[in-house]
Formats: sequence, C-alpha cells, structure tokens
Amino acid sequence: MAYSEKLIDHYENPRNIGSLDKNAEDVGTGLVGAPACGDVMKLQIKVGPDGLIEDAKFKTFGCGSAIASSSLVTEWVKGKTIDEAETIKNTDIARHLALPPVKIHCSVLAEDAIKAAIADYRAKAQKEEPKEAAE
Amino acid sequence: MTAITQIRRNDQPIYLDYQATTPMDPRVLEVMMPYFTHKFGNPGSRSHAYGWEAEEAVEKARGQIAKLIGADEKEVIYTSGATESNNLAIRGVAEFYKDRKNHIITTVTEHKCVLDTCRHLEQQGFEVTYLPVQQNGLLDLDVLRAAITDKTVLVSVMAVNNEIGVIQPLAEIGKICRERKVFFHTDAAQAAGKIPLDVEAMNIDLMSISGHKIYGPKGIGALYVRRKPRVRLVAMIYGGGQERGFRSGTLPTPLCVGLGEACEIAMKEMGTEAKHLAKLQERMLKGLRAKLTDIVVNGDLEQRIPGNLNISFAYVEGESLMMGIKNLSVSSGSACTSASLEPSYVLRALGVEEEMAHTSLRIGLGRFTTEHEVDTAVDELVRHVTKLRAMSPLWEMAQEGIDLKSIEWAAH
Repeated sequence: MAYSEKLIDHYENPRNIGSLDKNAEDVGTGLVGAPACGDVMKLQIKVGPDGLIEDAKFKTFGCGSAIASSSLVTEWVKGKTIDEAETIKNTDIARHLALPPVKIHCSVLAEDAIKAAIADYRAKAQKEEPKEAAE
Repeated sequence: MTAITQIRRNDQPIYLDYQATTPMDPRVLEVMMPYFTHKFGNPGSRSHAYGWEAEEAVEKARGQIAKLIGADEKEVIYTSGATESNNLAIRGVAEFYKDRKNHIITTVTEHKCVLDTCRHLEQQGFEVTYLPVQQNGLLDLDVLRAAITDKTVLVSVMAVNNEIGVIQPLAEIGKICRERKVFFHTDAAQAAGKIPLDVEAMNIDLMSISGHKIYGPKGIGALYVRRKPRVRLVAMIYGGGQERGFRSGTLPTPLCVGLGEACEIAMKEMGTEAKHLAKLQERMLKGLRAKLTDIVVNGDLEQRIPGNLNISFAYVEGESLMMGIKNLSVSSGSACTSASLEPSYVLRALGVEEEMAHTSLRIGLGRFTTEHEVDTAVDELVRHVTKLRAMSPLWEMAQEGIDLKSIEWAAH
C-alpha cells in the first residue's frame, strides 16, 4: 500500500510511545479497539494544574496507519486544554496523514482514543471533588 | 544442487514469497528462447517443418510434465495456469455427469479459484459440501468418508495449501474415492515438483499444475485427466479442438517448453532441494525462537513442504510488521493487507483466533534462498517484532499478567 511520507515518518519515528501511571489522578487513559479487529490503541493524557495537557503517551497494536494516527494525536493534544483536545476530528487526522480510504477507520479509532482518555480523566476528577470538599 | 545461488540484484529486497510465485530458473529461460524467435511455428501446423518442430517441442514437454506425476503424456492438457485447470476440472466434470450425479466435495481451505468455481456451481443447482479441516490444517479422512453419498461425482482436495504449506493425505483420499467410485481432483499448484506425486499410486483422476510455482513461466499450466478409467469433461473454451478438444487455442510453444523443462529440473533436483529447504526452514525457525517468545507456527509442522513457514508473532499486527521489514518480501494473513479487511480464511478455518491471524506472516523459501538471506531475515524480524512489541498495548498487558480474554473489547 502506498503511504504518505508523513505517515511513514510517524510509523518509523513514532512520537511519545510509552505509558503513564494509569492510577494517577491527573492521568486519563483511553483503551479502544479490539484485538480481533486487528487494532487496539491505548492513549494517555496527563493534565497539569493549569488545565493544559502537559504530556501524552500511546501504545498501539495495529497497522501502520493506526500507529501513525495515534502518534500524531499525542503530538496534537499536548499543550491543549481537554476541551480543545476534544474537538480533534478524525477527518483532520486522515487528511494530515493522507490515509487511504480503507484506513479511515484508524483515524476514527484515534479520535475515539482521545475521547476515551478525556472521559476517564473527567470521571476521576469528578470523584475527586467531593473528597476535596470534605477536607 | 544448482550452481546458481542468487538471482536477485543486491538492491532488491530479499524474496521470501515463493508460494506467491517463483523466479524462472535461468535454465528454463534458456530452452524457451528459440521458440520466441526462429522456432516460432504453430504446433498445430501439420503441413510444414515450422509446425513439426513446434509440435515436437510441445510433445516433448508434455512427456516431461507427465513423468513428474507418473502419468502418460496423452493424459496431460495444457492450460493457462492452475486457475484454469481447476475451473476446467471441476466445472468440466460437474457438467458432464450432471444427469447422474450432482454433488461435489471440497474443503474450506482450498484456493479461491476452487471455492469460487464451487460457488458458481451451487448457483447452477449443484450441491457442494465444504469440509472443515483439523487444527493442523489436514483433512480428517472419516469426515470425508461420511460426506460421500451416491450422488457425489467429485472430491477436490488441494495437495499442498498455499498459505500454510500443509500436505493433505493424497494417497488415502485417493483410495477412499476409488472405493466409492468418485473422481478425485487435486490442485497440485503448490505440490508438483516439491513433493513426490504419482497419479497411479495415489489414485488421482485429475490434477492441476502451475508453471510459475515451479520456476517455470507465468501463463502456463497443465491439467492431468485420467484415461483409464476414463474421466470425461465438458470443455470450457471452444474452437479448433486442440488438446483433445478439452481446451481449444493455439499452444504457446515457448511456455509449454518452459513448463516441461521446469518439471524435468524439479524431478531431478527434488531430493536435494527438499533437503536444502528443510535446513533453511529449521534455521529460520531456530533463529526466531532463540530470540523471540510467543511465536506460533500455523499448520502442521511435519506434514508440510519445507519451503513454507506461516508464523503468528503474537501482539504484533502483520501489516505494521511488514512495513518495518522493508528489506524482506513476505506476505501476511493480516486483514490490513487485504482490501476486504478480513483476516485469512485459511487460518480461521484452522481455528486460529482472529487476533492471532492478524499477526501472521507467510514466509516462503525456495530454490534460490541462501543461508545468508535467512540469517538477515531472522535479524530483521527479531528487531522489528521487538520494537513493535515495545509499543504494543497488548504485549504490555500480557507482560503484566492480564488475560486479554478477560477484557470486554468493543468491536468496531
């Protein structure tokens, strides 16, 4: 399959591979996809006290497009607020990497991964609040 | 062993896809050349020397093909390849005998050209039974016995599978078919020239052969059609009545000559070549297992041609692995390499779980594969599997002792 240079660059030099402590209160983790479908993405964000995403890490089981899509979004979310990060669309990812039509689902999965990570972070933050109020 | 050790240029990737096609043996090309130029006659021309010369050449080649499979030369028909041979054998028999019998038996791991032909026949009103295979890829003979009815006209079982290289028990299948008076067709595209075949000893009634899988040219194949007891076929291509009326059309003399030579070389060198390949296969597998855990060979390792390895590298998706090993030309059972996004139906038929099917590579070794190439391939595979596992969430979870099956994955 003919892939764009940008995609190949992300595959060969993936940005931000790794894991953050999934139990930390300031870390949100999204795990999406399924092994049987051939792609699973784990995307994690770490949100600073100023509300900005200060770090993002990913691990992906999947084809080159899936790896590149997740690598790209870790770059994009850094420095954004979670509300801003939530607006990243799969079409932006697909366009940036020039994904072939059969690989569009990889960009959809990457968007889902961000949303899942943000949802996880928010759920943790909500649980935190009553505790803080009690103190 | 042949003196030729390398035919690729150094700037080309290492070719490890010998089940897809083989390079032509230079010795085959050499005997073909004159038939492209000055020996250009039509083998059907009976009135002059050009025709006689061409006819002599295609008949000599027919004899070489027949000898490889223990047949008589009169029983060999030239076709354009194994796809046409399989079409002609299955449709030809089904349509000829349809007034008496209308049932065909095949297996779920056959090549698409057999399965698709059977589907077509189903639409025409024939009944087709697609037999499952065992976990090792081999047909259970009792399952075959139970499937045969008095309406069964043909059993079509491939000799060697193109994805996993397993060898079906041809002699046993042939014996069952003969006892039950059912014709036995085998697609031997991946088997001819690789393993000993004997249409008499194995009771084979029809056999498909391909030129380009045995270091011969593309665009030529053969179909063996038994004369005693006679197998009748309805022709698919009408015209001048060449090839006993089974397959009209002017014979492509250079291709016929090439197929014949390829068969003769294969017959002479089968023993030494098999030993060479078995050594390489073992070297490859040992090399990978020394440095990688969690790798699984799909299909029976014993009942298998030595030129094939089909390996699942757990937790690493096949297409991403192929993107990494740029210097190796292999193929994958992963869905992501196919337009359909479905993982290999052959692996699924063995009961290989989908997540493992996504991680499989087919590695094909052949006549021109060297030890050095195998060692380079092992190094590249180890490097990239290790790199991709380090970025695989599944590998991470497995290392943490999490049972991946305990997680509720959202299918998408």
